[in-house]
Amino acid sequence: MLLVSPNAPGTSPGAFCVSRATASAALALTFLLALVFVVGTGCTPRKPADLVIHNTSEPETIDPHVLTGQPDGRIGSALFEGLTRFNPETGRAIPGLAERWEVSADGRVYTFHLRPKIAFSTGEPISADDFVWSWNRAVDPLTAADYAGFYFYIRNGRAISNWTNGPAGRPTLGIRAVDPRTVEVTLENPTPFFPDLCAMRIMTVVPRFAVERYGDQWVRHSPLPCSGPYQLVSWRPNDRIRLKKNPLYWDAANVPSETIDVLSGDSPSTALNLFLTGEIDFIVDKTVIPTDLADTLKQRPEFHPYNYLGNYFVRFNCTRKPLDDARVRRALSLVIDKRRLVDRITRMGERPADALVPPGMEGYEGARGLGRNALDARTPAEFDAAMAANVVEAKRLLAEAGFPEGRGFPRLSYMFNAGGGGGARMHEQIGIEMQAMLQRHLGIAIDMRPVEYKTYLMEMSQRNYDICRGSWIGDYSDPTTFLDMFQSDNGNNRTGWRNAKYDTLLERAAATPDTRERARLLLEAETLLVRDEAPIMPLHYYVGMFAYDPERVGGIYPNLTDEHPFSAIYRKPRALKTAAAAGAAPATRK
Amino acid sequence: MSDSNQEPIVSPRLSPGARAWRRFLDNRPATAAATFLLLLVVLSLAVPVLSPHASAEGSDAQFASPSFSHWWGTDIHGRDVMTRVFAGARLSFLVGAVGAGVSLVIGVCWGMVAGYAGGRLDGAMMRFVDVLYSLPSIVFVIVLITTLEDHLRGFLSHLSPQAGGVARMVFLFFGLGAVSWLTMARIVRGQVLSLRTRPFVLASRALGAGHARILFRHILPNVAGVVIVYLTLTVPGIILYESFLSYLGLGIQPPQASLGTLIAEGAAQINPIRTYWWLIAFPGGVLASALLALNLLGDGLRDALDPRLG
Amino acid sequence: MAILRRILVLIPLTWLIVTLAFFLVRVAPGGPFDKERKSSSPQVEAAIKRKYHLDESLGSQYLRFLGLKWERTENGTLQRAEGGLIAGDFGLSLKYRNHSVSDIILQGLPVSLILGWLAFGFALGIGVPLGVFGAVRARGWVGGASAIVAIAMVCVPGFVIGPALVLVAGLKLGWFPVGLWGGPMHAVLPMVTLGLYFSGRVARLAREGMMQALQSEFIRTARAKGVSEFSVVVRHAFRLAIMPVVSYSGPMLADLLTGSFVVENIFQIPGIGVFLVNASLSRDYPMVVGLVLLYAVLLLVLNLIVDLAYGVLDPRVSHE
Repeated sequence: MLLVSPNAPGTSPGAFCVSRATASAALALTFLLALVFVVGTGCTPRKPADLVIHNTSEPETIDPHVLTGQPDGRIGSALFEGLTRFNPETGRAIPGLAERWEVSADGRVYTFHLRPKIAFSTGEPISADDFVWSWNRAVDPLTAADYAGFYFYIRNGRAISNWTNGPAGRPTLGIRAVDPRTVEVTLENPTPFFPDLCAMRIMTVVPRFAVERYGDQWVRHSPLPCSGPYQLVSWRPNDRIRLKKNPLYWDAANVPSETIDVLSGDSPSTALNLFLTGEIDFIVDKTVIPTDLADTLKQRPEFHPYNYLGNYFVRFNCTRKPLDDARVRRALSLVIDKRRLVDRITRMGERPADALVPPGMEGYEGARGLGRNALDARTPAEFDAAMAANVVEAKRLLAEAGFPEGRGFPRLSYMFNAGGGGGARMHEQIGIEMQAMLQRHLGIAIDMRPVEYKTYLMEMSQRNYDICRGSWIGDYSDPTTFLDMFQSDNGNNRTGWRNAKYDTLLERAAATPDTRERARLLLEAETLLVRDEAPIMPLHYYVGMFAYDPERVGGIYPNLTDEHPFSAIYRKPRALKTAAAAGAAPATRK
Repeated sequence: MSDSNQEPIVSPRLSPGARAWRRFLDNRPATAAATFLLLLVVLSLAVPVLSPHASAEGSDAQFASPSFSHWWGTDIHGRDVMTRVFAGARLSFLVGAVGAGVSLVIGVCWGMVAGYAGGRLDGAMMRFVDVLYSLPSIVFVIVLITTLEDHLRGFLSHLSPQAGGVARMVFLFFGLGAVSWLTMARIVRGQVLSLRTRPFVLASRALGAGHARILFRHILPNVAGVVIVYLTLTVPGIILYESFLSYLGLGIQPPQASLGTLIAEGAAQINPIRTYWWLIAFPGGVLASALLALNLLGDGLRDALDPRLG
Repeated sequence: MAILRRILVLIPLTWLIVTLAFFLVRVAPGGPFDKERKSSSPQVEAAIKRKYHLDESLGSQYLRFLGLKWERTENGTLQRAEGGLIAGDFGLSLKYRNHSVSDIILQGLPVSLILGWLAFGFALGIGVPLGVFGAVRARGWVGGASAIVAIAMVCVPGFVIGPALVLVAGLKLGWFPVGLWGGPMHAVLPMVTLGLYFSGRVARLAREGMMQALQSEFIRTARAKGVSEFSVVVRHAFRLAIMPVVSYSGPMLADLLTGSFVVENIFQIPGIGVFLVNASLSRDYPMVVGLVLLYAVLLLVLNLIVDLAYGVLDPRVSHE
């Protein structure tokens, strides 16, 4: 059937040349490989740092005024300091570059006194004028600082940030330099947590000479003038940032670690493995601790859960039928068993939530929301009874809204973001449990709608969803860091819920100097939000988790604001010695 | 022409197709693999229906190890792993079949025509493949889903209220299909380039055979081996790519499962702390055995279809 | 001449791919600066968009990207906007705002190149002998076993084999580091993880190629002439046998050299593989376009080399 070729090429003499050529090519390739390898890896050996911290995702920027992410913020705090700084133990403000301050009787004027002889790491002195310039830079819309909202507490801050009419006639920010060592700040309203705000990255002092010279990319020019406890040595994306102690920092004597490597990475299992083999001293963020293992890990001495100001909740789209009816929203909220969600899915020891503001804020007791009776139950029997009562109530509400036994209820979908780290699986798992609960108790079927992250943000902003996942991390220890979000015109509301009474209550609270009265107004607003109107359904308050061996590493403390300055963290001397003795061998496996 | 190396001498009276079929039946590993695959398909259709547990139905028995009531244990929601694995296998087999189908039809034809035609047409067709190959497929799928899904969902919901998930599936197949045929086209074209100047092709051209006849009667049988082997490589690639898209929120709609997503979830069990081994072992085992059978079947088909054994 | 033409064609082709990528990624919903927290004021949001020229029309953005945008300066003269493709500048990453796209690629590419080359060598080093041997001994148990090993390598995904290797060779035995990038030891597990998958595929293709080559007419001639079996396999059949592997090498090497999302993620390696996926997801437009360009050039050049290799391996393949 086939023809045989009489002159098969394999027998031609050229074959030898080719195979020799192939052989030499292979040889050359091997050499090239070896060369590339030696060159590529040869430049990496370096002196190990005193401390290695896993900081989750790669920072997007380290410009302290522009940054928004938590990993960025931790670097920002190491490099730059403001009038105050965070106490590593409490996460509240303590004196920073200002050694003390006074508040006027009406609570609106703060006078900060700078420490003597403070300077940037490159030697330039820091004066009151630098603060005035830095704050004006941060609030200027042209700087494009997303968190400029922190300046809205200062006089004219909001007006400047929203200014559209060109430079002429623009109001000036309520900060002035009284003398080179005194800064006077005038606020819009009495703001008891203002010193806490002054410790935030966006209120730190930055080097005017560098920013004016290099523009937006000033942080990329070496040496970077830093006002904080550390200075930047090197930065390799998706690998590590090397920090070195700033010798000109006013408190340099009390900064224990000379050098710190801050690693970036998104994989929780890798972070865990690196920690177990002793390559990392400290995992600062629960995002890179495997959720699947959280319940086992938290039993071990190296894993430390702690509460902080975060809330995981569900948004209802209040502009869509039938969710525009508060009775429907309350009915759906009442049948969700939040204890089951934290016990079976999140498993880090989260507290189930019925309100928006997490517990633990000074002088604020927190609202009692829907389903509080079940959360207060002390025995399983009590809990079952409470849940049963809630289901009955939910059915009644649903019938009242026109859906007896769930009949005629449209098919809604639950939107959440998929992808991106260990947390995303959890969103789906929580959704699936809620889907089953709604089906079982109310006969309502909902669809799962996973979308990738940017689509999720867009759909949420355009209110193109029925029900969706939401979460919020508080910035400072005051209820308004949560409650402001659901004002009618707040960009982060995203539920379409507009309530004039809620807005008025918050406005009145903001203008009230009396702290007790203020707390009462805020409580009334929160109750309206989580008990009567329910545009959101809180699920749980966040729990953070550290990983560090308390026998080897110190200076790490749990706190509500989730601020853990690197400048307090150190490897214990004994551990340093053993590490040196053990050399490069993988240490401590427990 | 006969060859002393070939033992199975089949009756020359049979047609080529029938002879290939006989040769296939004589290949014991291949027939066993085919039977096994058939069994898996039947199981994936039957288990989710016959099982006492629905694949999406949760229970209080979270992470129960394999037992009499749950043969393959349960997952985080207390769902029966066995039911989910077979329900997932159904979807993954479908995904694999679609990918393989697109790869077979578009990829093989594209590659054959390009390789056979040569010259400018070959260059243009291969550059087209290069362009598609270079574009980031994730962005492509994102654009596809977000711009068209709502329209298709709206259209389908006129037909049936539960059609939402189907819309997503259509795009998933579309996205997977779009990338699955490119390498196949390259490989087939590479083979055809070398085949088209072979004596038997030149001979039949000299005898006046048309291009289509040469392509399908002479060249296709000679590339069938590579095509089958690469198809068996495409299927696992596609099944795993589906799990990646699903992980990014661009794939299937939970609580639906696929073998790929089950394995991707189960991979978290490979850790030094605690292992719920059944979450990775069973879906992984089913996928691995299915792919093994598929490859053996592929080898059998290849041998059976080999024109030189005719 | 034909080769020169192929090389010249690369330029418009690259331009086409980059242009498609430029528009495709901008059609995707959402933008690089959409965040879970809204900006404090609309002016801030507008200022960010203006900084990165996202407020301009698509056409204007495209001209700016190419470097063909002329703007009126303050004193009224027309001047070409800085940067752009013709100046070899992709612009700043919109996600990692302190880095330019070239900065990120230049820092990550060497890592990906090293790892990719190693994995490529591993894949060919394991895959080709396994496949060839399996074909030569196709009828015996050796052939069967080698086929099964190859199949096993194909169907175990990287996100399973990687953690398994880490668990056994990294944590239990302590032979290799479990992650990060440093000395040669750090490269071993990633290389094996990345290479195994491809070596299975290479083995399957090489086996198939060898089986065909052994049955082809000229091998029979060679056998008939009494050439030794070893010589038949190594000197004559081999060149034909690796044709499918060579075809596959183009896309394979392009994939390997531009890094792997899964492997870089599992081993926390600072290559560029994670960036393509993450940039697509975070709508980091310049980053996506820059990486697509890199990938396209690699792929096109490698496929050109593959096409030339056809001619060397099999003189009957001609380029008319």
